[in-house]
Amino acid sequence: MQTRYDVIVVGGGHAGCEAAAAAARKGARVALLTFDRTTVGAMSCNPAIGGLGKGHLVREVDALDGLIGRAADQAAIHYRMLNSSKGAAVQGPRIQADRKRYRAAIHQMLDAQECLTIVEGEAAGLLLQDGLIAGLSLADGRVLEAASVVLATGTFLGGKLFRGDERETGGRVGERAATSLGIQLRDLALPIGRLKTGTPPRIDGRTIDWARLEAQPSDSDGWTMSPLSNGRPLPQLACAITRTNARTHQIIRDGLGRSPLFSGAIEGRGPRYCPSIEDKIQRFGDRDGHQIFLEPEGLDDPLVYPNGISTSLPTDVQVAMIRSMAGLERADIVVPGYAVEYDHIDPRALDATLEVRAIPGLFCAGQINGTTGYEEAAAQGLIAGVNAAARARGEAAMILDRASSYIGVMIDDLTLQGVTEPYRMLTARAEYRLRLRADNAETRLGAIGIAHGIIGPVRYARLAERDALRAEIETELAQPIGATTMARAGASVRQDGIRRSLFEWARFPEVDRALILSLAPRLAAAPANLRAEILEDAHYAPYLHRQDAEIADLRRNERVFIPADFDFASIGGLSTEMIERLDAARPDTLAAAGRIRGVTPAALAAILVHVRKVAA
Amino acid sequence: MTDTIFALSSGAPPAGIAVVRVSGPHARAALESLAQRVPPPRQASLALLTDPQDGAPLDRTLILWFPGPGTVTGEDLVELHCHGGRAVVAAVEAVLAAMPGLRMAEAGEFTRRAFLNGRMDLNAVEGLSDLLAAETQQQRRAALMMAEGHFSRRVEGWRRDLLDLSAMAEAALDFSDEDDVPDAAIEQRIGVGIAALAEDIGTALAAPSAERLRDGIRVVLAGPPNAGKSTLLNALVGRDAAIVSDIAGTTRDRIEVPAAIGGTAFLFTDTAGLHEGTGDAIEAIGMDRARAALDAADIILWLGDAADLPRADALLIAAQCDRDPTRPGLQLSARTGEGMDSLVTTLLDRAAQLLPGEGDYALHARQRARVGELLAHVDAARRSDDLLVIAEELRQVRRAIDALTGQAGTEDMLDRLFSGFCIGK
Repeated sequence: MQTRYDVIVVGGGHAGCEAAAAAARKGARVALLTFDRTTVGAMSCNPAIGGLGKGHLVREVDALDGLIGRAADQAAIHYRMLNSSKGAAVQGPRIQADRKRYRAAIHQMLDAQECLTIVEGEAAGLLLQDGLIAGLSLADGRVLEAASVVLATGTFLGGKLFRGDERETGGRVGERAATSLGIQLRDLALPIGRLKTGTPPRIDGRTIDWARLEAQPSDSDGWTMSPLSNGRPLPQLACAITRTNARTHQIIRDGLGRSPLFSGAIEGRGPRYCPSIEDKIQRFGDRDGHQIFLEPEGLDDPLVYPNGISTSLPTDVQVAMIRSMAGLERADIVVPGYAVEYDHIDPRALDATLEVRAIPGLFCAGQINGTTGYEEAAAQGLIAGVNAAARARGEAAMILDRASSYIGVMIDDLTLQGVTEPYRMLTARAEYRLRLRADNAETRLGAIGIAHGIIGPVRYARLAERDALRAEIETELAQPIGATTMARAGASVRQDGIRRSLFEWARFPEVDRALILSLAPRLAAAPANLRAEILEDAHYAPYLHRQDAEIADLRRNERVFIPADFDFASIGGLSTEMIERLDAARPDTLAAAGRIRGVTPAALAAILVHVRKVAA
Repeated sequence: MTDTIFALSSGAPPAGIAVVRVSGPHARAALESLAQRVPPPRQASLALLTDPQDGAPLDRTLILWFPGPGTVTGEDLVELHCHGGRAVVAAVEAVLAAMPGLRMAEAGEFTRRAFLNGRMDLNAVEGLSDLLAAETQQQRRAALMMAEGHFSRRVEGWRRDLLDLSAMAEAALDFSDEDDVPDAAIEQRIGVGIAALAEDIGTALAAPSAERLRDGIRVVLAGPPNAGKSTLLNALVGRDAAIVSDIAGTTRDRIEVPAAIGGTAFLFTDTAGLHEGTGDAIEAIGMDRARAALDAADIILWLGDAADLPRADALLIAAQCDRDPTRPGLQLSARTGEGMDSLVTTLLDRAAQLLPGEGDYALHARQRARVGELLAHVDAARRSDDLLVIAEELRQVRRAIDALTGQAGTEDMLDRLFSGFCIGK
């Protein structure tokens, strides 16, 4: 067996798969280490991929030639565009995936990827040489050598499952936890915290009375997660909606005494935006019911995922709770819900490439960094994988900033602010939301992906063709047209005598889209998603223009570098709290320092003066 | 490690009392070595200060110990209320300077530390700057309102309202698929909240200007040549500031004279007489300047013909009424003093409308510009029905508020602000 690699990725979840594939696309020799190769590409929680903020991440990973978007389309049995009545910037594409087919699609892509080997085994410890990563030792005594290791171990580090009084060690139900590696990370003095998450019980769909429930059909227009996907290969299923009621709430209240969440057994903090049903009842007791989405897990799989009812109550309480809801009166639970408590690394110990600052060559991605969600994990995996390969091969790092992508926003948030609850992407986190749309990910990131050599030939061809077409359309839309001409063409615009480009006219409410398309035949002939993207750009152009100044300012401060060994405590007048936060996050630029909570502009000015003094 | 700084915080000696302040981590140690003890926090007590080198007595003073961070600078702070002789102050300063870790403060450094440690926001700092420079009671009152954070509290209220509104907008954008966030109802609540915010910010923008308060109400005396403008100016300011003669056109340039009347600061401007002819080149320039002064005037005293009033609100003055009591307007004789009381009362009434009243603050040009920016974004949010645009405008409002309170801003602005301070305040 081969034992020398450039990059070893530990873990075959969404982060691990993207990391391994991205590193291999970059030309590195990659080992993907997993307990069991059949679990690679497993969707361990809900069957949905995408959503608000999350759909943006999927499209961005896809634009960088990642796996998740294409695999999602291969496995999708339900499509829904969230916020479809609002502006494109907050529209969130989401699908429900058939678990088995999703995993199969991932396996197929990994198998087709050159330079990538899946290795079965248990990681026992990191090998270090002079403080640098040298490889990984396995529990069976094997040793794998590599200059970069990516840890994408999800909840498997120090993972502990809770259900009523039951306790189990492990990351997912029925699987082992990677404890010896967890102990080593603690010994390496990495800052480690504890978080919790939970899952709902899985129900046998054949025992649900679907006829009684409101159905939510799949979107009918044929959009896909990845523009490379050729339509929707699978038949589409409907989801259904039921609600909790007063009786459900009473059953939960009566069972609270037996919930580990309230007995103090769980110390980690759970997410506010995805609370367990116990939390919802405790905090919003005045509501008469909560919506529960019943999501099918596959075409030939009877399991149904009741979204919105994550719980760690004892099994008997879960059964009573489920059966108190409309349509579920005779439903059977196949796997009861549980809560997971797990270790995570304080992501402020990482730099913007997701490398651990204190251990060069060690990268971390996904839940281990305190995030939640497949999409967040996949996006970090891609960044960690590219940069792990770049490090092993001596190439330039790939860093995305907040103005370029949700990926940049997420990594900046994680590495500067740390986490107090599992981090989930929201569109509200992106201050440049108007330009970071799910529909323009290719335009934003395609060129960056090409520059870093992670775009495969198929997508490369598509991007090149699209860029050329885009440039032609931009020329077409730049032609100046006077107000009188517009009026003659049928738009009742104000006769102010000003000549505007067609691109500018496109945002006037008096000018309808049909008119623009009639004046711009190339735009009219363009593929629907490119046409929609350009018209959306035109619509929000004044706001984007205003943000340009803000971004220029940001990028100027991004060029003021703070040395890695800079002593914040040596600056007169910074409060102890500020020094602690700056030390934990170690911002490498002035702009990053300014984004840390509690750092005032006066403090920033003082840092600038000292940085210049050090440099002089 | 932060330096410990000290400075004379009261006026230049000799004076009755001289207050020396010490701020920073070594403040307590400095007090201990000077007074051989540290009194209970925030209690004045008498102590003999001695030179720790040779034990020589320096002065018998009142000492105060304020442990940080609940102090004005946010650091440990010591106050020494010495006798205000030059030699005493010099000796105490010399002993402090000799202590390890202590140094003389730079201009504005105490306030800079207060700002850095979050004890004051930018508006309070500006208020303090005005308070220290206040010359009239009105200036002092308005500056105190600002320094004590009355305006800051109002801005803080806006920030809270804004965070609520933003949170609602973001909930509608990010969680619209949850049944707890009904779209229509929340958009209506956002609209109502934005309208209320716009109204309140608009009221604040109508606050009087700090520049007018600081520099004085601009009163311009204008009229044809030889109408008695300079005589009136001298009478108002109580000294011979302008040359007076019977020769028409004696005043050829503008003469600006600041004066405080009844606790209000005025800036009186005497101008060249205005007439139809062109006169010589210098006279023409003088008349141009007179017209420019009229444009910037808060109050115009018009000593000419009623038909030629330069502005509807100009005060028509029938000057030299001792010579010709038949003309319309406020009958006034600078020579006999007739009508002077009535003119002063009118000036004070007009000024009161332009200046902050009891318990009001005034806004600086910087603050006014930022508040204007705030309002523009709030109005833009109010006009839009696209939630995405509303959320973007609300984000811009938050940025403008940050700039207003100094949570974000530029180094230049801070430097200019802090260099306006005299040492030790």
